[in-house]
Amino acid sequence: MTTNSQSDAALALHRFGLGPLRGSIAAIADDPRGALLAELEQSGAGLVAAPNLPNSAAASRAFFEFRAKRLAQRKLAQRAKEAAAKAAPPGAAGNKAMTASAEAQTDEQDTMQDQGDRPANVGVQLVQNEAKVRIEAAVTAKIGFVERLVWFWSNHFCVSTDKSTSMSGAYEREAIRPHVLGRFTDMLIAVESHPAMLYYLDNAESIGPNSVAGINRNRGINENLAREILELHTLGVRTGYTQADVTRFANTLTGWTFIGTGIPEHGGEFVFFERFHEPGEQVVLGKRYPDSGFAQGRAVLADLARHPATARHIAEKFARHFVADVPPPELINRLRASFSDTDGDLKQLARTLILAEESWTPARTKLKRPCEWHIAALRLAGAHGRVASFMAGQTLLGEPLWRPPAPNGFSDYEAAWIDGLAERADIASNFAARVADRLDPKALVDEGLGPLASPQTREAVARAGSRAQALALLLMSPEFLRR
Amino acid sequence: MTTLQISRRNTLLSSGALFAWAFLPKLARAEGRDPRLLTIVLRGALDGLAAVAPVGDPDWVALRGDNALTLGSKTPALKLDSFFALNPAMPNLHGMFAAKEAIVVHAAATSYRERSHFDGQDILESGVEKPDTVRTGWLNRLLAGLAPEDRVSSNGGRAFAVGPVTPLVVRGPAPVLSWSPRRILPASDDTVMRLIALYRGTDPDFARTLEGSKKLAALVQEHDVQQKPTSEITGANVTQLRAYFAEAVGAAAKFLAQPDGPRVGALALDGWDTHFNEGIAGGQLAQLLGALDGGLAAAKENMGPAWRETVIVLITEFGRTARINGSLGTDHGTATVALLVGGALKGGRVIADWPGLKPAQLLEGRDLKPTTDIRAVLKGVLKDHLRADERKLATNVFPSSNDVKPVAGLVASA
Repeated sequence: MTTNSQSDAALALHRFGLGPLRGSIAAIADDPRGALLAELEQSGAGLVAAPNLPNSAAASRAFFEFRAKRLAQRKLAQRAKEAAAKAAPPGAAGNKAMTASAEAQTDEQDTMQDQGDRPANVGVQLVQNEAKVRIEAAVTAKIGFVERLVWFWSNHFCVSTDKSTSMSGAYEREAIRPHVLGRFTDMLIAVESHPAMLYYLDNAESIGPNSVAGINRNRGINENLAREILELHTLGVRTGYTQADVTRFANTLTGWTFIGTGIPEHGGEFVFFERFHEPGEQVVLGKRYPDSGFAQGRAVLADLARHPATARHIAEKFARHFVADVPPPELINRLRASFSDTDGDLKQLARTLILAEESWTPARTKLKRPCEWHIAALRLAGAHGRVASFMAGQTLLGEPLWRPPAPNGFSDYEAAWIDGLAERADIASNFAARVADRLDPKALVDEGLGPLASPQTREAVARAGSRAQALALLLMSPEFLRR
Repeated sequence: MTTLQISRRNTLLSSGALFAWAFLPKLARAEGRDPRLLTIVLRGALDGLAAVAPVGDPDWVALRGDNALTLGSKTPALKLDSFFALNPAMPNLHGMFAAKEAIVVHAAATSYRERSHFDGQDILESGVEKPDTVRTGWLNRLLAGLAPEDRVSSNGGRAFAVGPVTPLVVRGPAPVLSWSPRRILPASDDTVMRLIALYRGTDPDFARTLEGSKKLAALVQEHDVQQKPTSEITGANVTQLRAYFAEAVGAAAKFLAQPDGPRVGALALDGWDTHFNEGIAGGQLAQLLGALDGGLAAAKENMGPAWRETVIVLITEFGRTARINGSLGTDHGTATVALLVGGALKGGRVIADWPGLKPAQLLEGRDLKPTTDIRAVLKGVLKDHLRADERKLATNVFPSSNDVKPVAGLVASA
């Protein structure tokens, strides 16, 4: 093995994967590109085994039940308090009232608490259980290229636990993972018809003003989802669509909603409500779409998936994510052509990225996003990490899991993240203090960076005052921080 | 499904970045003044018609029906003048208005006429007319052009950020330092010094960034403005939302109030994108406005005597549809309000060239039509309060804005 192929192997792991496990630079040094491509061909690539996790509909029903019961308990407690206050003479506000409310509180706390002092909020539990599966998949992946693709698409089509609380984790398993090496159009339709997205971007109660429900309730559309599909998910901003296109596209999506989460058995499942659907033909981007009910919106989505602007938008974003803030135009062109020529075959898109020479520029200009760096640290140290502390760390670093601040997801530009370096240093120090005792940081320089390690980093690690400090310096070295 | 309140505050915290510049504006100082400026960017597009309602417009109630704030609403709007009234969730701002410490600019917008949040924020924060063309913010370019030799703190900070994600408005050539409240044990000084040494030889950008954080941490300790460790929100979140806004805005004011502290700061608050169940009088938006109102009160209190030299500017990327949408919210619109608050203002006024609310008067039949350019308001404040050079304002800070004249007379000292 030459140093060159070792370098490419290390680059493959840091740029396209989730960072080296111990031994993985050597393991793929024979053929780093081949190893990345092979990950795409593994059976079940992109999927995770989650036999004990509920699907999104079941999760939303469980969360509904939890909240309904909690509300009932609060109301009971309130009634008991009021009754006791009435019974007790004024001034002696009294023991009875105190007892009643104390009891009620205890009841509430019992249901609210499980581990330590964390409330056993079903919503929080659902998110944490989903997070555990996601972190496990990332920490154990041989290279992690496919997981990185899952993260990319999940961020591109983001929802947020701030709104779609109970469904956000299941959404990724149901709408993103099955299509991550499939066709863009299938992912697009899966995403836009998923209840988590319909709720996140407010389509669930968008009602055609001339539909039966619109007339009866005197209600109209909510154009949020239609606008963000055009601007963020497909064509990209400033690609020529107009306000009229947004409105008419929103009309085609009226009726795309889900069954109320309080309904047994099928609550939380997608449904097309004919009664909400705006009747009639719609013209979107100059093309006529006859009223075919649910199929009308699907047809627009299918055309958007095939639009040249979508290919350009996706190609540029894909290249920016993996390679550079300002990606080489040749790379964007290759990716765009691949996307167009294969009708949005996402496995081919990933192959094109790996096979393009421009993807392998030795200059590492991009700062890894916090989650990527955080997982890389766990992988190198052979740690699995506690879910709650991992998620708290991500919040501190500004990239809370499944909780981007806005529908455009987390930024792919370095300028958004560089100011978080001090927080990364804090997390690296705390993490290193916990795990460094059983590790040999000097050996980890080779395992984690191989030929990418600069003499300065080697020296800093060698001269560190403690194992913990040595490991913190390694995790915070530019070679480990950069993609 | 419903909103998971537990996470709201952390979302806000991670986006609520606070920035400031630790130099004194030289020309203003020469007049014996010591002006403070805090810019608060409200991301998500604030519904200006719900914040400050045109209760005197004959078409107002017909336009919004039950969702129209009026002086006769169940919770009456707070009268500002014969035409406009403030959302009842903002009694502190109302008090400041009465004390001539607040100005409302209505039917205001940037030059942007599309409806993308992200392009809209880009234009609002970059100060240029085309989205996605520059990677620097107007506030940073202003700072870079303001007599930077007048350093106010021996700790050397120039601009600083709180929070790990830097907003565009302060990105740029003027060095940005970052600081955020420490919620875990910080890396030791020794480790940080070693990292800085390593970065100096290998990655100068990293070196500058980490050095900046270090200096700011020192400034923070010296002045004891460390925020209390924050806890996650559980259950009903109104109290916590209020506490967070008061904490964030109040902490910014504490920095600016220091005799040798920074003078120019910025803060971004998310959460104003009210497509669904907007809750103008008692729901979501009322809670946000109430929390913001509490933040402004905290700012006034924490500024102390410096309040009379303070201007706080609140701006948002665009407004919302004049009418309510199909899910009792509002979709992306155009004109909205810009709010100015502070003891340095010649306040107690609503400035508006009112476009009217009849269907034909609405932009594209749906949005409040913009009649005042937000840049004119910002330029007026920057020119009269900080003595920024008008030519630089028209070229460098807000490029190609020669035709957008600064609004005169916003500041009492001018």
